[in-house]
Amino acid sequence: MSGERDPGLQPERTRLAWRRTTLSGTVAAVLAVKTALHGGPSPAGIAVCALCCALWLAFLLLAHHRIRTLAATATPPALTPRHATAAVLCAVAMAVCGAVLVV
Amino acid sequence: MIEFVRNVRLWFVPEGVRQEGRTPDYRFSLANERTFLAWLRTALALVGGGFAVDQFLPDLRWAWRVGLALALLAAGVLCSLRAVNHWVRCERAMRRGEDLPVSRFPALLSLVVAVVAVAMVVVVLLGWDG
Repeated sequence: MSGERDPGLQPERTRLAWRRTTLSGTVAAVLAVKTALHGGPSPAGIAVCALCCALWLAFLLLAHHRIRTLAATATPPALTPRHATAAVLCAVAMAVCGAVLVV
Repeated sequence: MIEFVRNVRLWFVPEGVRQEGRTPDYRFSLANERTFLAWLRTALALVGGGFAVDQFLPDLRWAWRVGLALALLAAGVLCSLRAVNHWVRCERAMRRGEDLPVSRFPALLSLVVAVVAVAMVVVVLLGWDG
């Protein structure tokens, strides 16, 4: 942190929002893995399980990258649309995995 | 619909947003980002709920279980896509100095969640009876 600190702690709140969202993603991923491995491991189940873990990791990296950007300067730049879209696509892909598993 | 397609292009082309208007106070952008993240959490919770229905209501008939799970997963997909779309619209409105866009989506989502919740209560009660 350099320069004046925002008294509203906006960057910190945003950082914590990213953390909360990562936590929600973790819960969804754990439930996905449980569903995938339900009834014994099968090749398809393990593949979906690996995919969900990869999606979770991707989201973690996105969040980490954004948190570092937020902490780098006193007035951080806005989120880029590409970053937002990538985060959303992780969630959508996990839902699609879920649809495949459920049906 | 055309407006939506144009917004979708903006999701992937950040320069498109940045070209318009003036950069707003960074605090407004961060607040917009937190709103986006809150919607994304809602979407992830719906996706998690879909998995939970599939896993923790095994006594339900197959059609009901799959139907409810798919409804929740679909709601999660819609919610997350809408999150990024609304974020882009708000970001652009702030840059142009316009009013923030209004949306029917919160009301719609509330209704869907209410219907799914009622369906779940009914299904669980009947499922355990029979």
